Amino acid sequence: MYPSDANIIGIYEHPTRKADGISLAQLHADVAKGAVEDAGLSLSDVDGYFCGADAPGIGAMTMAQYMGLDLRYTDSTETGGSSYIGHVHHAALAIAAGKCDVALITCADNQVASRKFIGLGGVDWRGAPEQPFEDGYYFGPAALYGMVAQRHMHEFGTTAEQMAWVKVAASHHAQHNPNALLRDVVTVEDVISSPIVASPLHRLDCCVMSDGGGAVVLARPEIAKNLKRPNVRLRGAGEAVKHNAGGKVDLSYSAGCESSRSAFAEAGVTPADIRYASLYDSFTITVIMQLEDLGFCEKGEGGRFVADGNLISGVGKLPFNTDGGGLCNNHPGNRGGITKLLEAVRQLRGEAHPAVQVPDCSLAVAHGTGGSLAGYHGSATAILERV
Amino acid sequence: MSENVPLPKAPEIWPEVTPYWDAAAEGRLVVMRCLSCEKHYVHPRPFCPHCGSDRTEWCDAAGTGTIYTFTITDRAPVFKVPAMVQLAEGPIMMTAIVDCDPASVEIGQQVSVAFQPTEDGPPLPVFKPV
Repeated sequence: MYPSDANIIGIYEHPTRKADGISLAQLHADVAKGAVEDAGLSLSDVDGYFCGADAPGIGAMTMAQYMGLDLRYTDSTETGGSSYIGHVHHAALAIAAGKCDVALITCADNQVASRKFIGLGGVDWRGAPEQPFEDGYYFGPAALYGMVAQRHMHEFGTTAEQMAWVKVAASHHAQHNPNALLRDVVTVEDVISSPIVASPLHRLDCCVMSDGGGAVVLARPEIAKNLKRPNVRLRGAGEAVKHNAGGKVDLSYSAGCESSRSAFAEAGVTPADIRYASLYDSFTITVIMQLEDLGFCEKGEGGRFVADGNLISGVGKLPFNTDGGGLCNNHPGNRGGITKLLEAVRQLRGEAHPAVQVPDCSLAVAHGTGGSLAGYHGSATAILERV
Repeated sequence: MSENVPLPKAPEIWPEVTPYWDAAAEGRLVVMRCLSCEKHYVHPRPFCPHCGSDRTEWCDAAGTGTIYTFTITDRAPVFKVPAMVQLAEGPIMMTAIVDCDPASVEIGQQVSVAFQPTEDGPPLPVFKPV
């Protein structure tokens, strides 16, 4: 029964970081083909398809026609960058319910190459009722997360140096990823001496902007066991939405508290059991908040938790984002959830770069946050295990 | 207000919230209050987001508050200090701090409402240090 009825059997990450000469639909198709071929299947085996607003046209229908998919189940849940981790949850539910056998999830974007800097890939803000009360003040993502970081420093004594350690750890990992946009190892001093973008966040506290994308394929275990790839099982999942509640604002925590509570309860494990964590890293403060909200440390202790290399594989207690993450590797469509899944699966398969591979990695978490921690956002948590 | 900076674009005015922008044009900040649970809320809408009641009313805000959080940025074309301010009535709203030395802005600082003209619409409520 659910959640043991769905395994991740195929993954693929597009190597491009600036998608010149390729259309958005073809990017989605490329990552889809890459993931089904990784599984040893073909697109004709797919009968469930999951996508966010970054998919072109009307999403699932548009891409079903383009890729020639014969679908009996679709889901276009849109929770920003966390969408794809939610899709894994939904795909497992659909498979468990017999609604599909092979589920494909894609994410892709080309807004860097097309020079259309529209923020969250594919989202149309027309009619969003809060916009007239926010747009005029020009809250960009950095300003929104800067306000979250400012509040965290005020409430908990978090420092710029502590936040910088998140980027330092990501850069240690990215040096081993030939596709990463930023491969130079940086120091705490490099981060805090980089220009302020939105105080207290420096340029190096911010993720990269990139094109590219990725895909994930899930299937029921009877199909999965006959394939040649290592199997990764979804052991537990959870989702939640948090918002500004009519002005009853508390920026000290995120929806990750609730999504991870559900996921850990369903999996029957605790944060102490986790060997590797993929955590959404739109900004360094995002990681610190999520470490607290997922229970890797007490609320307010995130800054102290990340200091002194505690997130560096082979050095610290909790290796994170060993592909370099959004801070150094890529962030297609400003939607980092898909790449969080990909690196967690690589770790569980033992296919991460040898320099960052966690020994005997048996249990991992992939967690995403979509939207803004200073406004409305969705969180999704997936607990994945090697089987 | 600062000189030599572009005006913010005018807000799009949804039909349910015209009293908010009409009041802003008169230099008044209004908030909505629920007659059922008696809580104030932002941004305005015809029903209470706390309890769902349709029994709501517009009321004049005191126009004072404290800074809940802020950021200093050169990336915004108009406002250098986007912020969230907790109104005397309780709710925390998105806004900006003006007429200030950004380096002196602090969480918990007392502020009062002011109004920033926009391109071709009603002004935006902003706050300045008391």
